[in-house]
Amino acid sequence: MEKKIRVLIAKPGLDGHDRGAKVVARALRDAGFEVIYTGLRQTPEQIVAAAIAEDVDAIGLSLLSGAHNYLFPRVVELLKAEGAGDILVVGGGVIPDDDIPGLKAAGIAAVFTPGTPTSETVKFLQENIK
Amino acid sequence: METNLDVLLEKAKEGHRRSLSKLITRVEGGGKEARDVLRAIWNMTGSARIIGVTGPPGSGKSTLTDKLAKAFRSRGHKVGIIAVDPSSPFTGGAILGDRVRMSDLNLDEGTYIRSMGTRGQLGGLSAACTGAAKVLDACGFDTIILETVGVGQSEVAVVHAADAVIVVSVPGMGDDVQAIKAGILEIGDLFVVNKADRPGADKVLAELRFALELDPSGAKKDAPLLLTCAAQNEGVEELLEALEAQLSQMQSSGELENRRLDRLRQEIVDIIQEEIAHRVLQPILGGTDLTPELRGFLSRREDPYAWTEAMLDKIIKQ
Repeated sequence: MEKKIRVLIAKPGLDGHDRGAKVVARALRDAGFEVIYTGLRQTPEQIVAAAIAEDVDAIGLSLLSGAHNYLFPRVVELLKAEGAGDILVVGGGVIPDDDIPGLKAAGIAAVFTPGTPTSETVKFLQENIK
Repeated sequence: METNLDVLLEKAKEGHRRSLSKLITRVEGGGKEARDVLRAIWNMTGSARIIGVTGPPGSGKSTLTDKLAKAFRSRGHKVGIIAVDPSSPFTGGAILGDRVRMSDLNLDEGTYIRSMGTRGQLGGLSAACTGAAKVLDACGFDTIILETVGVGQSEVAVVHAADAVIVVSVPGMGDDVQAIKAGILEIGDLFVVNKADRPGADKVLAELRFALELDPSGAKKDAPLLLTCAAQNEGVEELLEALEAQLSQMQSSGELENRRLDRLRQEIVDIIQEEIAHRVLQPILGGTDLTPELRGFLSRREDPYAWTEAMLDKIIKQ
């Protein structure tokens, strides 16, 4: 009867800057989503395991350490291996524009870089989650 | 749909996480879809123990739950954890952050962690938690820890869902008064003062002991009262042993059965209330713009009580 949009927000790798992730988490909560916040230093395996257990509709990955070209696609790969390729993956953080096409080709649905209004992120998720 | 459910169920029982997860989502959503799942698994449930962990925000419940779960795991149990956080009454959204304290357990095959928002319906919360616990029970998780926010009515919901409840206190939160608050004492079967390395822990313990002795029924006088420092993994083994002893005693005294009967009664009440909202409230209020009627009431031309009674009679006679 009641179906909420559930999103997992995670910071893969060794990056400790979580202000942005928390801002996005708050914005999503204000938009009526249930946000599972898993915090810092998550491995892609931990992120995927949590996403599956929590039956989320989307995963938001936040990274400011530069390792996004490996870690983001790795999450997508692991999701597919678990038969959960239908979970939407989006990313944010310090990500050079040049890297974005490569990330999208690897299955990241959208990348929201610093300065993106949170309303845009909310809208994207609302429109792309069935 | 029927086939779909059977397939999900079979896969969940075989250990397929996503299937288990999807079943919990159905149950959490309530309504007929939830009941279909519960009916399908009913015969496979009844063996799991459900332990409630409650206390004020910042008392270290999640860390304690993490350590308790690990202690159970090292004894060969399969542990399910349901972590509840408050949903915004305005937006309906929630930040569910209890998992943060349980990262290690993420990849453990024998542990399952699910976060839930209160979703603004306390009766529904109890149903969602009980339902999720049943799904976990049916899939072989024998010990289920239900961890909730400790702010008033959610605590009551925990009692309805749990066999035994651990109430967590912490020094430095004006606990003299907190300890005496009857509500907290009535709910708990075991009492823990966490963050015991902080000054004032012994004082809180003493206040709790005093308050428990005041309990008129005398039932709480011998309730286990323990100090823990969850972050350092201290006192956790003792807590687990006290818990097992408590559950064992409740089993032999018949108390466990009584609680489970009460829980079933409450479940039936919850289902009926949910259906009433669906079959009575919805038809009366849903869809129609009541503004004309409301204006009539405001101006005292019409009487809201007669109107409501007439609407109810109409619906109930159908």
